Amino acid sequence: MIKALIIDDEPLARMIVKEYLQKHKEIELLQECNDGFEGLKAIQQYQPDLIFLDIQMPKINGFEMLELIDQPPAVIFTTAFDEYAIKAFESHAVDYLLKPFSQERFDKAVQKMLEQRNISPVSKISEPLLEAASQTAPQNQRIVVKNGSKIKIIPVEDVYYLEAADDYVKIFTKEGSFLKNKTMSHFEQSLDKNLFVRTHRSCIVNIQQITRIDPYEKDGHIAILKSGGRVSVSKTGYVKLKEVLGI
Amino acid sequence: MLHVDWQLDWVYALTDTVLTNGLLLTTCLLVMTNLRFYNPKKGKFIHLLVMCVAVSGLWSAVIRFGLGAIFHENESYSTFLERSMPVRFDIALLITSCAALISTLWYNQEEQKENEQRKLDAEKLAKEAELFKLRQQLQPHFLFNSLNSISALAGSQPQEARKMIQQLSDFLRGTLKKEDHQQISWKEELQYLNLYLEIEKVRFGHRLTTEINTSPETDTMQLPAMLLQPLVENAIKFGLYDTTEAITISIDAKREHNYLLVAVQNPFDEETSRPSQGTGFGLSSVQRRLYLLYGRNDLLTTSAVKNIFTTTIKIPQQ
Repeated sequence: MIKALIIDDEPLARMIVKEYLQKHKEIELLQECNDGFEGLKAIQQYQPDLIFLDIQMPKINGFEMLELIDQPPAVIFTTAFDEYAIKAFESHAVDYLLKPFSQERFDKAVQKMLEQRNISPVSKISEPLLEAASQTAPQNQRIVVKNGSKIKIIPVEDVYYLEAADDYVKIFTKEGSFLKNKTMSHFEQSLDKNLFVRTHRSCIVNIQQITRIDPYEKDGHIAILKSGGRVSVSKTGYVKLKEVLGI
Repeated sequence: MLHVDWQLDWVYALTDTVLTNGLLLTTCLLVMTNLRFYNPKKGKFIHLLVMCVAVSGLWSAVIRFGLGAIFHENESYSTFLERSMPVRFDIALLITSCAALISTLWYNQEEQKENEQRKLDAEKLAKEAELFKLRQQLQPHFLFNSLNSISALAGSQPQEARKMIQQLSDFLRGTLKKEDHQQISWKEELQYLNLYLEIEKVRFGHRLTTEINTSPETDTMQLPAMLLQPLVENAIKFGLYDTTEAITISIDAKREHNYLLVAVQNPFDEETSRPSQGTGFGLSSVQRRLYLLYGRNDLLTTSAVKNIFTTTIKIPQQ
């Protein structure tokens, strides 16, 4: 038996997936979720094998929700229209259903998922998809993190700086620091390059937070932030910083 | 004049006058016609002068030899003709130059007017095209999600599906037929808006409630067609996607002096949204449309108080 969830904020959109699912006796629908928060809870509770996921949803969108799951299940996206998302899908082999879709198209997606399940663990497949999706709006305007059991949405303007911390990135804000399971180069790519500069192998800084830059040790510099934070600036980082600041 | 001052015979005086002036008139007309097709560039007025000298010279030669040939038996007239030639040339030059100058200026002005008209026409076309485009910007999200809702209803509630198809069709027809410059009454706009809201309510179920406050005195007030829908769409989008709770969108219309004032309100989350940045496509397109129609940038204002975001538009009434 395959355990499945539907996560979509529109009741009628959930209804049609449920209706199409009746044909597939091998799939058991455990719960319908209204939004990403409910979805997260249900995923933790049931550990499903498959989710039908909408992208545009309240508070956190489908991509952001997936980012917060350590081992995402197989995902079939159901969405109406999203240029960026469609691009993200097409470059990676995960199935997606464009609303409105037919029973036949739905069956095909389910079939595809079943076949992929036999070949490889799905979590590996969705990684490049997530990476591609995270380069698109609105992911570059906010960062969604898990803070204990709570979910925190940080607008990028509120970020002071980011620092590498082993397999994680530590995000410093006025409300403290948060960890996110991503790489520095991921953030370097997705954050607005006019606002954030990678000043060091292990640092990305919000330039609006800088009050002054002091020389430090022999070739390096150090940026002092309004918050009092200190961010390392390497030789190449200093060049990049000067360019963006226009000095 | 010639008859009195120079004591010429009537016949001579008359022939001389008619020929001289007639030819001069022809010459001037020639110059003017010529200038219609040839317009000297700026700073090339020397060409004009050369042309006038040449034409006047030609004219003088014709007069001199023409009249001389006609009246060659009369000694005193021949002398008079000979002596008056320089004066005649000068006068001819002066007159042709004047004619040339005036017609050059005239044609220049005509051309400028034409250019201006062309520019105006081009601007008007561009404006119309832009207005058309702004009006046509129906969010594909809305359309496809509505179709998906209909598809879902078709299985279990065909009556509801049919009703929604009807509403969606009426709404789409509305977006197609309205002209940009055409003003419609607030009552009409509201009917149209209600169609849109009904569709959205089917999509979002109990999460979306609307509250419309309007008074009879605003019913007949005029506004550009389809102006409000993008604002309401914006409010729904920001309201619904900013919270997981149920929301209320309110629309208030009232008269203030000679303006129709419409305020659209939606809740938002202060923590995660930046209303200043929330001026998405919806708002900027309405702002642009109002500017193109009224030439003013102060007709759309937004404010965020506590967790309520308000967009207000002012429509001047004739």
